[in-house]
Amino acid sequence: MNKNHRVPSNRTLSTVEVKSKFGAEFRRFSLDRSKPGKFDEFYGLLQHVHRIPNVDLLVGYADVHGDLLPINNDDNYHKAISTATPLLRLFLQRQEEADYSAFGTDSLTRKKTPAVLAAVLLRPEASRKKPPIIISLPRDFRPVSSIIDVDILPETHRRVRLYKHGQEKPLGFYIRDGSSVRVTPQGLEKVPGIFISRLVPGGLAESTGLLAVNDEVLEVNGIEVAGKSLDQVTDMMIANSHNLIVTVKPANQRNNVVRHSNNSGSGSGGVTSGSSGRSTDSGASFYGYSTPGAAAANMTPTHIIQNFRSEELESDEDDEDLVIEAGGEAQPIPMAMAVGPVASCSMPSLPRYEPHLNLRQHNGAMTSSGSAGSLSTPDRGLDRRSLEEDGTVITL
Amino acid sequence: MKRFRRHGHDSQRDKLKQELYQFNKTVEHGFPHQPSALGYSPDLDLLAIGTRSGAIKLYGAPGVEFMGLHDENATVTQVHFLPHQLELVTLLDDNSLHMWTLRAHHGVSELLEVGRFTLTGPPGAPPSVTRVTTVLAHSSGEWLLLGTEGGHVFVVEVPGFRELEERNISVEDVQARIPEEYVTRRNLECVEALQEKPLNPRLVLIGYGRGLMVLWDLDRQCALQHFLGTQQLESVWWMEDGEQILSSHSDGSYCCWLTTEGDVQSQPEKQDTPYGSFPCKAISKVLQFPTKQGPPFVIFSGGMPRASYGDRHCISVIHSKTHIALDFTSRIIDFFVIREGEQHTGDPSALVVLVEEELVVVDLQSDGWPVIQTPYLVPLHCSAITCSHHVSSIPLKLWERILAAGDLQNTHYSNKPWPITGGQNLAPEPPQRDLLLTGHEDGTVRFWDASGVCLYPMYKLSTAGVFHTDADPNDNLNQGAEGEWPPFRKVGCFDPYSDDPRLGIQKIHLCKYSGYLTVAGTAGQILVLELNDENAEQVVPATVVDLLQGQDGFRWKGHARLDVREEPVSFPPGFQPFALVQCQPPAVVTAIALHSEWKLVAFGTSHGFGVYDYQQRSSVLARCTLNPSDQLAMEGPLSRVKSIKKSLRQSFRRIRRSRVSMRKHQTNNAAKLQEINAKLEAEALQEMELAPVQRRIEARSSDDSFTGLVRTLYFADSFITDSTHNTPSLWAGTNGGAVFAYMLRLPPVEHRMEESVTAQQAKEIQLMHRAPVVGLVVLDGRGVPLPEPLEVAHDLARSPDMLASHHLLVISEEQFKLFTLPKVSTKTKLKLTAIDGSRVRRVGVALFGSSRVEDYGENSLVVLSNQGELHVISLPAIKMQVHHPCIRREDVSGIASCVFTKHGQGFYLISPSEFERFSLSARWVVEPRSLVELPDIRTSTVDPSKTSLGDGQGYDGRGVRKGSDGENSARHVMEHALLNDEKVLQEIQKSLEGDQMEQTENNMKPSGIKVLGNCGKGFPAVVLTN
Repeated sequence: MNKNHRVPSNRTLSTVEVKSKFGAEFRRFSLDRSKPGKFDEFYGLLQHVHRIPNVDLLVGYADVHGDLLPINNDDNYHKAISTATPLLRLFLQRQEEADYSAFGTDSLTRKKTPAVLAAVLLRPEASRKKPPIIISLPRDFRPVSSIIDVDILPETHRRVRLYKHGQEKPLGFYIRDGSSVRVTPQGLEKVPGIFISRLVPGGLAESTGLLAVNDEVLEVNGIEVAGKSLDQVTDMMIANSHNLIVTVKPANQRNNVVRHSNNSGSGSGGVTSGSSGRSTDSGASFYGYSTPGAAAANMTPTHIIQNFRSEELESDEDDEDLVIEAGGEAQPIPMAMAVGPVASCSMPSLPRYEPHLNLRQHNGAMTSSGSAGSLSTPDRGLDRRSLEEDGTVITL
Repeated sequence: MKRFRRHGHDSQRDKLKQELYQFNKTVEHGFPHQPSALGYSPDLDLLAIGTRSGAIKLYGAPGVEFMGLHDENATVTQVHFLPHQLELVTLLDDNSLHMWTLRAHHGVSELLEVGRFTLTGPPGAPPSVTRVTTVLAHSSGEWLLLGTEGGHVFVVEVPGFRELEERNISVEDVQARIPEEYVTRRNLECVEALQEKPLNPRLVLIGYGRGLMVLWDLDRQCALQHFLGTQQLESVWWMEDGEQILSSHSDGSYCCWLTTEGDVQSQPEKQDTPYGSFPCKAISKVLQFPTKQGPPFVIFSGGMPRASYGDRHCISVIHSKTHIALDFTSRIIDFFVIREGEQHTGDPSALVVLVEEELVVVDLQSDGWPVIQTPYLVPLHCSAITCSHHVSSIPLKLWERILAAGDLQNTHYSNKPWPITGGQNLAPEPPQRDLLLTGHEDGTVRFWDASGVCLYPMYKLSTAGVFHTDADPNDNLNQGAEGEWPPFRKVGCFDPYSDDPRLGIQKIHLCKYSGYLTVAGTAGQILVLELNDENAEQVVPATVVDLLQGQDGFRWKGHARLDVREEPVSFPPGFQPFALVQCQPPAVVTAIALHSEWKLVAFGTSHGFGVYDYQQRSSVLARCTLNPSDQLAMEGPLSRVKSIKKSLRQSFRRIRRSRVSMRKHQTNNAAKLQEINAKLEAEALQEMELAPVQRRIEARSSDDSFTGLVRTLYFADSFITDSTHNTPSLWAGTNGGAVFAYMLRLPPVEHRMEESVTAQQAKEIQLMHRAPVVGLVVLDGRGVPLPEPLEVAHDLARSPDMLASHHLLVISEEQFKLFTLPKVSTKTKLKLTAIDGSRVRRVGVALFGSSRVEDYGENSLVVLSNQGELHVISLPAIKMQVHHPCIRREDVSGIASCVFTKHGQGFYLISPSEFERFSLSARWVVEPRSLVELPDIRTSTVDPSKTSLGDGQGYDGRGVRKGSDGENSARHVMEHALLNDEKVLQEIQKSLEGDQMEQTENNMKPSGIKVLGNCGKGFPAVVLTN
């Protein structure tokens, strides 16, 4: 192959070398790092260079940790471009014969190099000892929980986000009063606290593995619970149940995220596209959830990764109050205020309940509207055909 | 302008907030909860009540009210006014004495605590030595005499609370001269009574629990006379002339002793057991007053035959041939008598009795001794309060008609004016006429004048007459049969027993313009009433509305519907029912709304809601809101309570059975049984510890129970289907976060009777957070809440802006959300629960006027949260303005009882019998402002009889009578102190003499001037002239 491409040069700062593999064929080309363009254009370019204009593709790339991660929207495309050093390795698959199992964050632990990864891709059966957990298409994922704000929290604390929306699963935990010991200027002091008292088997809280009995609840959606009664905290949690963020001090401190001084070791870059360089999303567990509608909006993890802001909590799902006009169908209530030019121009042209089916064409629009967080569909209309796939992936 | 202000500079807004909002708890209405002591000052003409929670309340003329609270929160056992002064002393059951004064400040008196004191005994003495049982405020105003459980009498100088040890009267001093045969093994026991001799304040009668009474000379420090009573002493009373003493005893007798006789008397002059022959209960207090005509008034409490009437709470009044036993419905705390004349030395005019649940004043001068209607301290809880409703700015016409109807009900009251008239009420006239309506458990609705400081009863409406009830209507009349002995007469209105809990009033709505009233009750009954100034006899037509609407599979397990009287019922002038709706199932009515212009009533229960046209007397709409899976809604409130009770009972039985069976098998092994019991208990304890209270965290779902319960109903004329035509509409909000909107089609006025009203569903909103909807308000084009029906027609409100678009404000327990109309989309919202975990319990719309600018005002939401916090939220911006903690969050019933006025005030129950009034408005505040001054000194020469009108002396029946072992040691220490310091003694003597001189000087002073500086606290001496 072309040798001078491998020599680090001034050009690498401004251009990204791309090595794209489709089947047995390779294509090499370069992109301007500062102007990567849209995913749609990139997708067209790939079809063009491989001369497969009418083939639906699944685009993946190997990130710095060797994870095979998808490229299917502007955000992760930009992420891929920006993190590629020096080479961006792409793996294209036909959509109909795609091997979904290769994707996912747990590839991190098993495979260390792109070469091994490529081998897996080429001969999936060969390297597998036992059948892996089948995960559905990344774009169909919806997060059910995540650990957030690792960078700003003390290591002994954990901030867990539970995504209740659209779930049939109950949140499934109980809290109780208790007392905990705090270090104060006056020495150790026993203070009242709120603790998780029980996890309902099969509930969301249990299945994520991020919460455990006797974990002390410190905050609910950014608000400290100190000084609040059990009933108050209960009401706060229920009021935030559609998007619950609890900061806990785990009873078991051995599983804490060890924070490194540099950023490279932590996080799964694939879903990380946050603006904060040190921000980490150390493991999100996903349920396979084939929801053609909400997926695009929900899977763009832009706002998940960043330290959550209070205004972000405002913009969530509880705005989809249903209104039934006389004799009419149920409709979600849109926000009266326009959320942004993109959303407002893309929404009306689409039929309700399935606005994101045509993901590719509208991907750009969907993404931006998704990150604005105002578009989502009520759970009732959702297709639940892949609910049987809800195998749990625990990270940490 | 408004808009500019809202978005304008923060500091400007802050300034405006200060002009609009100001939080105050202003006054407590009603009757103090758990009163424990009564005091009266004839000089000031003030009444004082102490309570078990440590509050002290003073009442004079209507509007003159003071309140103080002891820091200790201990029970106030005695209250004594210092004669001829503005001070009073309270004794708490922690044995501390407190001095309170009424100090004028900016022309308004304030009740302040100025000193406290606890009697300290000699070291090593048992607490009984200094445990105060009786207090005598000496008429000199200089001393307090404190009788103790140990039998000593301590003398304390006031107001400084300085112990005058040399004047103390120890048991030994007294016992020294008692005949040997009287002093046997038993000691004299505690000091039960201390009374100053009328006309001779130097002499004090000391009564000991054992029955001994000693006349003591304070100057010469020796006993003059001994009266050797043999019965346990309860109280003593000096006759006015100072020559006779009455003593009452625990065996139900009272005795008369003559002070003119010998030194030691072992037999009373006269002894009487009024309800005698069989054993009687104690007479706890006896009073006697002469009259100009001759026969005296004898008034005593208790003394009833133990076996047959031992449970009655009676005060007997005997005058000439008349003898009546006033029979109260609750325990007697204390009583006193008010006497006629400037100096309160004339005939007794009124008997004031404080019983546990009310204050009763009996007119002793009118025939039949009728009761005088109290202008304050009215027992709100004569039947338990179940709901309340406030209506501001009542039109004068309606006000007068209600008053007239109420006057007709008050014919059995005395015509005499209220006899307690102390102080001046300086509060400005209330700016408007406000009405507070309380619904009660017995099916009555009481109308209270809530305009000012006194919550005055105006009118009482009873709804029970419409229904057949088990109670005999003549129940209250068939008492007092001829020749009955004792001659009972029921007095007081406290009657907590409800004949039928289904009659309980749950919701009230009064239209102040039309005089239409609708009340709804526990058994799904909704009555529509109108004000009629004449008697009427009519049948009340009942309409049954099925709210299940064909939802089958439900079986109502609660109470049955009330049985309606089908024959014509006679109604007195006042509010008379003319239509009745009965919900089926007869569940408690949870929401009502009345629109007097459209002549519609909307009502809701846990099963659904309906609309009733009271013009045509027909049902317009019935809508079921029940969730098919909600079985709990069908149980009804009664059966659920029963089931808890049943399960409790069962578990107790199980425990008992297991213990009994164990006992049977191991009768001879008591130790083992005990061990097992202990183990069981320990296990139960452990179980409790292991299973702490836990709360489930779960998003609400449509399957939760009681989601269909209708929480709020609202009539609005707004844009519900299109933005050009406004139509009448009904809005309903449920517990499950659903809002239903119905478009109402009203026939034109001229065809109102012929054509029917129709309702058609227009909208249904399901809030995603599913929290209960507690309030619905439509804001007009200017962002102002729609006016009440008929308000515009009466020119009392601007007509709503129908040009700009309207908004719907949905208030759920968790958040406030503003939607556009007619197309429903979210405009603004404010989250409450998600931020601080509190939930909306009560909400109201109020107009806040600026305290600075006369014509500026803002409409705001007033919200009470389950944490007891009050929030003011601006409209239409929905921004939090101010918040104040108001009610303890544990006080669930207080929070539930809160009711807001339209002007930023509110009421809530601080006890079953008291409303606390608060104000959030800076402009409209109702609070007591009153001034109490000392009366003219010249006219009130020292007349000791006044101080001993029986203001609470030792009427406490304290049971603890322990022998005091430490008497000797106490005595020893006292002597030691006196002997050791001759100089101090001399000084004290000197100062005492000086005091006496000063006092006489005071009495000699020419006219109406009294220096109030003797508190010695360094405040400027206040000179009051009368």
